[in-house]
Amino acid sequence: MTDHHHDHDHSELSETELRVRALESILTEKGYIDPAALDVLIETYETKVGPRNGARVVARAWTDPAFRARLLADATPAIGELGYAGRQGEHIVAVENTPELQNMVVCTLCSCYPWPVLGLPPVWYKSAPYRAKAVKDPRGVLQDFGFELPPTTKIRVWDSTAEIRYFVLPMRPEGTEGWSEEKLSELVTRDSMIGTGLPKQPGEVA
Amino acid sequence: MDGAHDMGGVPWSGPVKPEPNEPVFHAEWERRAFAITLAMAMPGGWNIDMSRFARENRPAADYLGMSYYEIWLAGLQQLLLERHLVEADEVAAGHVLHPGKAVPKILTAADVAAMLHRGGPTERGPVAPALFKVGDPVRAKDIHPPTHTRLPRYVRGHIGRIEAVRGVHVFPDSNANGTGEAPQWLYTVSFSGAELWPDAPDPMLEVTVDAFEPYLEPAR
Repeated sequence: MTDHHHDHDHSELSETELRVRALESILTEKGYIDPAALDVLIETYETKVGPRNGARVVARAWTDPAFRARLLADATPAIGELGYAGRQGEHIVAVENTPELQNMVVCTLCSCYPWPVLGLPPVWYKSAPYRAKAVKDPRGVLQDFGFELPPTTKIRVWDSTAEIRYFVLPMRPEGTEGWSEEKLSELVTRDSMIGTGLPKQPGEVA
Repeated sequence: MDGAHDMGGVPWSGPVKPEPNEPVFHAEWERRAFAITLAMAMPGGWNIDMSRFARENRPAADYLGMSYYEIWLAGLQQLLLERHLVEADEVAAGHVLHPGKAVPKILTAADVAAMLHRGGPTERGPVAPALFKVGDPVRAKDIHPPTHTRLPRYVRGHIGRIEAVRGVHVFPDSNANGTGEAPQWLYTVSFSGAELWPDAPDPMLEVTVDAFEPYLEPAR
C-alpha cells in the first residue's frame, strides 16, 4: 500500500477526486445517502473524536487509582464513564506500560484502531512498513520514531486481528506530582497510547 | 485469503515514516470517501467483515499500488456493483443511468451520532463451553482459506499460549461470506519472538493475536 496520497493534493481535480464526486452524486441521486450526514461524519472525526479523548482517559488513570483499576480490569465501561464509546471501540482493552514492559499496538491485516479514544489512525499506522515490521522488529520501529528502549525491556506487540481494540496506558512522567488531570492530559501524545512514543516531559508543556 | 493485506513480518518493508502534525484527512476526496463508506453500510446492508473482504480481495499489485482510501473506494465500489445498487456503466459514465433500488433505511444527519455511539458490538452469548483456558499451549492451524479470515499468515503453524479468553464473538470467516455470524470463542494468544522469527529472534519480544477457536488446536 502506497503513501502517495500527497500526489493528489497538487492536481486541481485528480482522477480520484472526480471519481469520488461522481460516486457521491450517483449515490445521492439514487436516494442512498444524505450528503448532510456525510458532513456530520467528517466533522465528528475532524473535530470531536481524536486523541485528546484518550489523553483524558490516561490522565484520569494517572490521578485516580480506582479509575485506573477499572480501566485495566474492563476498559470499555471505564472509558464510557468519560463519555467515549461506540464504533471501533466496542470492546476495548487497556494495557499498561511499566519499567519492564513496553506495549505496542498494530493491525497487520488492515487498520484496526480504537476510534473513540484515538480518532482515525494516522497514515503510518496503516502503512506497509508499520504493519510488516511491528510484529517482527518493534525495536526497529521505535528507532524509526527516534527512540530506543533498553535491551532488557520486554516488548509485547498486540496485533488487533479481531474486534478487540487495544489502548496503551503509558507511564506517568516523573516530576508531575500534584499536577491536575487537565494539565497531565497535555503530556499524553497519540503515539504514547499506540506504544510507538512516550508522553511529553513536564518541561515540554507550558 | 492469502493476500497482500496480510503484512505481518513481510520482508519488503522500509522505514516507518511518521508525519508530524498529520491532518485527519489529506484531501477533500478522502473526507468524502470515508464518509460515503460509513454512510452506505446502512442502505447497502453489508457488514464490516464483508467490507474488509471487499478491500483485501484484489491482486497484490493493485492492493499495494493504492493508497488507503483508494482501497476503501475500490472495496465500496465492489460492494455496490455486486448488489446492483450501482451498475458498471454508471461508474464508467460518472452519472446515473438506471433508477435507484429500494433500500430499507438510509443514514440521516440526525442519526449519525446515535449510529456511531451504538457501533457494532460483536460479542454474543456462549454457544458451547470454551475449549481452551488461560495458559493452555495452542498451535495456530496452518490453514489457507481462499475466503476472508483473520488468522494472519505469520502465526500459522506456530505454538503459542492462551493469554486471555475474550468471550464469544461474531466469526468473521463466516460473517464475511453471508453465511451468518456463527459466533465462536475468541482468545488472545501470545507467541514468543523466538517461535515466530527464528532467523531474527528478539528474546524480549512477545506478539499476541486475537484468534477464534476454529483457528486453534491443542499443542503439547
